[in-house]
Amino acid sequence: MAVTALKPGYTGQNLDAVENFGPNQLVYLHWEKHLMFCAALAFPFPPEMPFGAIVGEVLPQFYGPHPDFEKIDWSTVRWTLDGEDFVPDLEASIGSQGVGHKSMLRFWTPGLDGLGDSGA
Amino acid sequence: MAKKIPLKRKYEMMTRGLAWDTTYQDMDDVYPYDKFEGIKIHDWDAWEDPFRLTQDAYWKYQAEKERKLYAVIDSFAQNNGQLGLSDARYLGALKLFLTGVSPLEYQAHRHFAHLARNIRGTGAQVAAQMQSIDELRHAQTQIHAISHYNKYFDGLHDFTHMHDRVWYLSVPKSFFDDAVSAGPFEFFTAISFSFEYVLTNLLFVPFMSGAAYNGDLATVTFGFSAQSDESRHMTLGLEVIKFLLEQDEANVPIIQHWIDKWFWRGHRLLSLVGMMMDYMLPKKIMSWKDAWEMYFEEQGGALFEDLARYGIRPPMHAEQANNEKHRISHEVWAIFYQYTHAAGFHTWDIDDEHKAWLSAEYPDTFDKYYRPRLDLWKQMAADGNRYYNMALPQLCQVCQIPMGFTEPDDPTTICFRSREYQGDRYHFCSDGCQYIFDHEPEKYIQAWLPVHQIFQGNCGGAEIPDVLNWYHLNLGVDNMAYEGSAEEKIWNDWMATRRVGAART
Amino acid sequence: MSTNNVSITLQNTEDARPIVEAITADNPDATVHHYPAMVKIDCPGHLTISAESVGERLGRDWDPQELHLSVISLSGNIDEDDDHFDLSWN
Ligand SMILES: [Fe+2]
Ligand SMILES: [Fe+2]
Ligand SMILES: [Zn+2]
Repeated sequence: MAVTALKPGYTGQNLDAVENFGPNQLVYLHWEKHLMFCAALAFPFPPEMPFGAIVGEVLPQFYGPHPDFEKIDWSTVRWTLDGEDFVPDLEASIGSQGVGHKSMLRFWTPGLDGLGDSGA
Repeated sequence: MAKKIPLKRKYEMMTRGLAWDTTYQDMDDVYPYDKFEGIKIHDWDAWEDPFRLTQDAYWKYQAEKERKLYAVIDSFAQNNGQLGLSDARYLGALKLFLTGVSPLEYQAHRHFAHLARNIRGTGAQVAAQMQSIDELRHAQTQIHAISHYNKYFDGLHDFTHMHDRVWYLSVPKSFFDDAVSAGPFEFFTAISFSFEYVLTNLLFVPFMSGAAYNGDLATVTFGFSAQSDESRHMTLGLEVIKFLLEQDEANVPIIQHWIDKWFWRGHRLLSLVGMMMDYMLPKKIMSWKDAWEMYFEEQGGALFEDLARYGIRPPMHAEQANNEKHRISHEVWAIFYQYTHAAGFHTWDIDDEHKAWLSAEYPDTFDKYYRPRLDLWKQMAADGNRYYNMALPQLCQVCQIPMGFTEPDDPTTICFRSREYQGDRYHFCSDGCQYIFDHEPEKYIQAWLPVHQIFQGNCGGAEIPDVLNWYHLNLGVDNMAYEGSAEEKIWNDWMATRRVGAART
Repeated sequence: MSTNNVSITLQNTEDARPIVEAITADNPDATVHHYPAMVKIDCPGHLTISAESVGERLGRDWDPQELHLSVISLSGNIDEDDDHFDLSWN
């Protein structure tokens, strides 16, 4: 039973269906071991956006304030997409490499574990 | 003088003695809501209010409470009681309370009126009637407090409008919407038992005692006046549970699931209170961790041992909640610190004395995990670069709090949980929230998540100032850093005037 | 019978003072904790408030329902009648 309802057969409506976001889809980003940023971040990105725009524009803008950010060696960064290991293609669009509506992208920066290795 | 009727007899006369079964209409048509949840009731007369409170006594005692309460509120207003506060930072906690909780009092008033009409047991009807009136009284007295504080401070000018729109107020709002859109017995289990009996002590008692300690006489008075009704509501909560469990064995698993669900819902909601206690009271009364140990681990532990005879076990995620007592206040403060530009109150940098207190209260976690970021933020602010997070956070589909809670075994890693349902993904902050979703996905896919609504263009625009306009919040006045705010300035001016006045006399 | 604590919290008011006194006199195992604006009393297993005992301290009859004016919080199963108010765990 997917809901306890007075009326048999009651169904709900997903308020966050991709159609409701116009040309965009929701994508979540999170930099691991840097909880100076309290939670993962949510963005409306068009699926045609190249992955390189995340690395080149979005991350510096929002994670740049952390002193570790400029120390990141991007060749060593490890990514997961919706829980699976993932190697992004910076040239290709996010949509073409499986970043879907409400996908979760997490990345780890080896050797950088936050302020005094606190995870923050 | 007529002989006094014994209490038990009077209670019988004033409850069951006033009731009848309908005959022109089928009872099931008159009471259409109390069967669809699968709860089986064989004998409504077994319902007893242990206080045996009847309407005549109810009005007498409530009138007395109101007289006392308004005497204090009047003198508070006349004597500029707000100047007796420990510090204007205290108001952050008060604003969060008044905008988050007071509208719930009104919701509770409405829903207990609904139950009073739609439950077929007379004892239960009478108890729900009284509680409905109590909750209206709570809403009114809190609105009086809002009205007073709104004359002097920012952020309280449109609380009903804000409650329906502002991102963090969706946390308490959706909590209550979840309860009122459930059936009557789930509502009782959710609000009367899990919230009022098991968890409400953590909201009102240390918080109100904290208000007293911080010079807020208005709040402590309405708080304790409300809480004196609350002990009756708590008693009702325990009574309901025992009654339902005694009526039919088939009720046990249904109730257990509701306890599991609403314990976790309540625990998440109260993480906001944890933040208020540990970070927002200038003079601290006890840490969130101590309050949790006293009220949940000790008192709740005794309660669930007592209920074991019915086959009820402690809430499913209680261990995780106990584990989180070292963390959640810090995690929630981090959220509000960096999103204060979108809130209706200020946050501030934590001074050394306060950090020393946190370190002593949280020896296992504070210095290791939380002090470093507080230090960095303070340094950034000193460099003229106070940190605000300019992206929007991911929210939990169930509790609607930004996903800032961490893995049970690792305070440095955010706890990410997700599910696919009918081809769409949903994200949760914890096993508890995921468990709740799994049982009723058709309910939670309908969540109005503020961040997603902003991105859909439903909240006044794409930029933060547009959204704040739509919230009726004034950017830079009602919110952002306390340091340098208009509120800090006016407070310091008042305190300076008072010192001059005191020096003269 | 359980020896877990039952508990009652009362406001720090004139109305509540004789109640607190009666509780401490009649329940030797009770522990009283003082906080700003409130008093929390814990007692293993069982706690009783006797109407007679409160009445003696007050110099008039005391109805256990008057407790409604002072109580803030409770923990335990309640048994109330004309002459007493009890809390217990089974
Ligand atoms: Fe209330
Ligand atoms: Fe209540
Ligand atoms: Zn959650």
